[in-house]
Amino acid sequence: MITGALRQTGRLFALAAEVARAVFRRPFQFREFVEQFWFVASVTILPAALVSIPFGAVIALQVGSLTEQLGAQSFTGGASVLAVVQQASPLIVALLIAGAGGSAICADLGSRKIREELDAMEVMGVSPVQRLVVPRVLAAMGVAVLLNGLVSVVGILGGYFFNVIMQGGTPGAYLASFSALAQLPDLYISELKALVFGFIAGIVAAYRGLNPRGGPKGVGDAVNQSVVITFLLLFFVNMVMTAVYLQIVPPKGG
Amino acid sequence: MGIEVVVEGLTKSFGKQSIWRDVTLTLPAGEVSVMLGPSGTGKTVFLKSLIGLLKPEKGRVLIDGVDMVNSPERDVYETRKLFGLMFQDGALFGSMSLFDNIAFPLREHTRKKESEIRRIVMERIEVVGLLGAEGKLPGEISGGMRKRAGLARALVLDPQIILCDEPDSGLDPVRTAYLSQLLIDLNAQIDATMLIVTHNLDIAATVPDNMGMLFRRELVTFGPREVLLTSDEPVVSQFLGGRREGPIGMSEEKDAATLAAEAGAASSAPAAPRVIVPQLEPSPGLPPRRAVARRRNRVMSMIDTLPPAARSAIRDTYAKNSEAATLPMPTAGSGA
Repeated sequence: MITGALRQTGRLFALAAEVARAVFRRPFQFREFVEQFWFVASVTILPAALVSIPFGAVIALQVGSLTEQLGAQSFTGGASVLAVVQQASPLIVALLIAGAGGSAICADLGSRKIREELDAMEVMGVSPVQRLVVPRVLAAMGVAVLLNGLVSVVGILGGYFFNVIMQGGTPGAYLASFSALAQLPDLYISELKALVFGFIAGIVAAYRGLNPRGGPKGVGDAVNQSVVITFLLLFFVNMVMTAVYLQIVPPKGG
Repeated sequence: MGIEVVVEGLTKSFGKQSIWRDVTLTLPAGEVSVMLGPSGTGKTVFLKSLIGLLKPEKGRVLIDGVDMVNSPERDVYETRKLFGLMFQDGALFGSMSLFDNIAFPLREHTRKKESEIRRIVMERIEVVGLLGAEGKLPGEISGGMRKRAGLARALVLDPQIILCDEPDSGLDPVRTAYLSQLLIDLNAQIDATMLIVTHNLDIAATVPDNMGMLFRRELVTFGPREVLLTSDEPVVSQFLGGRREGPIGMSEEKDAATLAAEAGAASSAPAAPRVIVPQLEPSPGLPPRRAVARRRNRVMSMIDTLPPAARSAIRDTYAKNSEAATLPMPTAGSGA
């Protein structure tokens, strides 16, 4: 049981290393990359925007109500913006990349595997990792970074709208506290998280897709597992990255 | 000319279940070999091990100096370009048309111009009789057509070694006969080493130069076709006769008690003596198979080590077929 889990983990890391190596191997599959990039982007942009408006609003409302009770209303803007940029945005992106993009990648690779297409590819001397997995993982990473920008903007706008219009906050205080508390490294860590989450989502989806267990049902199970595993990993990695970031980057307000 | 494939002491198991042990054989360069075996004896696993898709626990597969089992991945990938493998159900890429499927290896591994690719692909499509279907998706054609498209894709890089996984399954007898002829014609044209894995007796009787059989996790025998066709091993004669009496059972193999009971019961009509059907010749107009002369030299030099029945069968074949003997022998290196 334990050795089984360790073996799976080891293989996952082995695939990650193989993908990292194969990224630099010529010829780069540019066409496949563009197609996958477009596909992942097209299935994630709209849901991401739609999720981020209410998410920004919820944080704004919650933080606004807390700061009002504490008498620190003028800091609502900074607090809710930091929560959106650093935490909410990369996680929303990751959940959508894993749920919408990753599941499709996993199902696609899995069905190719059980139809022996991947074996046929290997027999023809073409590495499926280089030909199929690398473009997909890179596409997931690229879309994650760009999507993270979109979600941050939409989430902040949503938060601003709800704070200023619904809770009667002052626009000036919102923006002023924003620049008083937030700093550029907050944006950097946000994008870095998105990049790492995109990588994890792509690798896990590819790993489960390349190793489905027995037939079409196995592919269904693999997709299911890939989404669940990705979520677990993402939240754990997010915790580690947040803890490290808070330790090494001094807060601006302090 | 094809490349010799040397298999030494290959052993493969999945977990605790052993598939076969200590398989040692040599596929002679440019000759056609057939691997027989009841269903579920690991014939496909054997093919996939030859090409390095599966890694046996022990043993070596030597091709042109590269060990497909233990060599670094890079060498294995490079060596695979010498292979053409025809999968059981074609294994075509579902999202590509037949044309793109067959063009895939060319586009991946060569820098040929698109017009050149088109010419080669259409040539191969014509060879396997799929003209007119090149624009279809694999999902839109019958199983037999998929198989032939898979063969065309395997041939497009002019492989030195061609492996066919059950080329007959899902084909009617007529198409199987055409396919057998196609394989022999191919061998005459490109002189590639071929291994056909099958349990079709017609293919086994008419196509190969050499035959082997896998059973009970072992290679029963491998050698010139006459050896297996005249063999009096119970497994071989049961299989070639297609009878129920013998060591092969419904599930896998029979236990000793059933075998004894069977032996006790008056055996049903004794098997008719097997006749050795002559091997297929290439279609008229094609060059003679260069492998024939090489095989003759090879078999004649080892004839004293073969069982007596096989020995006389081989002498009969060559006596009857004397014009094959007088074919002009290719010079240098032909005896290898």
